[in-house]
Amino acid sequence: MAEFHYFAALAILASTAISLWRTLKGPTRADRMMGTLLVGTGGVAILVLLFLIHGQSGVLDVALLLALLAAFAAVGFVKSVSPDGAGDPEEEG
Amino acid sequence: MMAAYASAVLIALGLIFFLAGTLGLLRFPDAHSRLHALTKADNLGLGFIVAGAAVQAGDVWTVLKLLLIWILALIASTTVAQLIARSAAPRNIGGEGGGG
Amino acid sequence: MNIGAVFDLLLCLLILVVAVGAVGGRLLFTNVSLFVVFGLLLALGWVRLDAVDVALAEAAIGAGLTGVLLLGAVARLENTGSGPVRLSPIPALLCLTIAVGIGGAFLRVNDAGPRLEPMVRANLGEAGVDNPVTAVLLNFRSYDTLLEAVVLLIALVGVWSLTRDACWRQTPGIRQHARPDGILANFGRLLAPFGLIVGIYLVWAGSEAPGGAFQGGTVLAAAWLLAVMAGLAMPPTTADTRLRWVLVAGPLLFLLAGIYGMTQGAFLGWPPGMAATLILAIEFGLALSIAATLALLVLGAPRRVS
Repeated sequence: MAEFHYFAALAILASTAISLWRTLKGPTRADRMMGTLLVGTGGVAILVLLFLIHGQSGVLDVALLLALLAAFAAVGFVKSVSPDGAGDPEEEG
Repeated sequence: MMAAYASAVLIALGLIFFLAGTLGLLRFPDAHSRLHALTKADNLGLGFIVAGAAVQAGDVWTVLKLLLIWILALIASTTVAQLIARSAAPRNIGGEGGGG
Repeated sequence: MNIGAVFDLLLCLLILVVAVGAVGGRLLFTNVSLFVVFGLLLALGWVRLDAVDVALAEAAIGAGLTGVLLLGAVARLENTGSGPVRLSPIPALLCLTIAVGIGGAFLRVNDAGPRLEPMVRANLGEAGVDNPVTAVLLNFRSYDTLLEAVVLLIALVGVWSLTRDACWRQTPGIRQHARPDGILANFGRLLAPFGLIVGIYLVWAGSEAPGGAFQGGTVLAAAWLLAVMAGLAMPPTTADTRLRWVLVAGPLLFLLAGIYGMTQGAFLGWPPGMAATLILAIEFGLALSIAATLALLVLGAPRRVS
């Protein structure tokens, strides 16, 4: 069973690695950030699989923290590309 | 036993969605359609993997924590999708001519 | 070779490739994105090495807080495309020598010789906590942790020292605003309290499970920064006395506990009966100070003219 979990984790790691091509290619900043966010979601999935392999409950805490902070980083990105660096994309002007 | 097989099937389904998400991110024509691939396909894949893990979990607290992780990822992804989509709208696409 | 080893190999390869990409690229924003990915991959590596406490800290600080800090910095730069990357020979040679030296020394380490882990495990009963990492950080080597907390504070003083005279005594950073009933504001309303709970849980769990003051404090900083970015909270001004008390509370508490330990035998030495209580008190104080310091570091120096 652990073999299958390792294989799944390997597959997700490989697919997130391939998606970094989008981070390199762009063309917009949003595209590059999306590649990073995909690694974030993939990382959470890999951590859940590693939890199945290792069995330590602390690994799930890392997954929880990763999900929370990936969201935080995305909000930071959206703020940084707004016109004055501190705005909300929903505000007009 | 049953739980192991069910878990394996769920994790395999999750893998398929993850691969689909990566494919979408690489092949879709523009930023907004890529957002669909990122936030929908990947979170569904994560949900299947969490379900596969929950089936094999030992106690109810682990299942609850796994569910919490998935719900958090869902809420974060939906919100981030909306925010990035609006910030990448044609009037300020976020890309630069010369740098960035 | 079993699949686990293949996974580890791919992870190490990816970490190296992403590290090179993060410093060698031409576009600064790509470099910053790859740096965040680097932090995420490193966190995975720490989990594979069974160092869950370090993984927590890496994911929180490396991927989350530093990511937001760098994203804000890139947004403020006007020209974010540097020229083609040139390799300087002498620094490259120096780095290569150091890397080869460290790698060779690591490969020559064998398991014979004195190891610290048995000593830690032997004394864990008197340490007051069950998590050996927390025992080392806050009991056996508490001196290092005290100095780390002070270093963070000094870093903040350094950042504040960059303030222009006209902006002193204002709130740090620029004014964050968001539509009051929009998505970002509601996201902050939802996630900030959740982050608060997770942060407090991590500090509390640090005595038995992976966690601790740094990890919990980082999540608390992120939760508060999320509230600020969503326009739900205003940072206090740099002249605010309560803020300054919060910033020094952690190291001060640590120092006072150390002096109390001095009356009981050794500076920073906890008597076995009181160790658990002292460590818990210090952890919460440190978490508060670290949260405030990290959040203010990300916000930056005051930039608004009154």
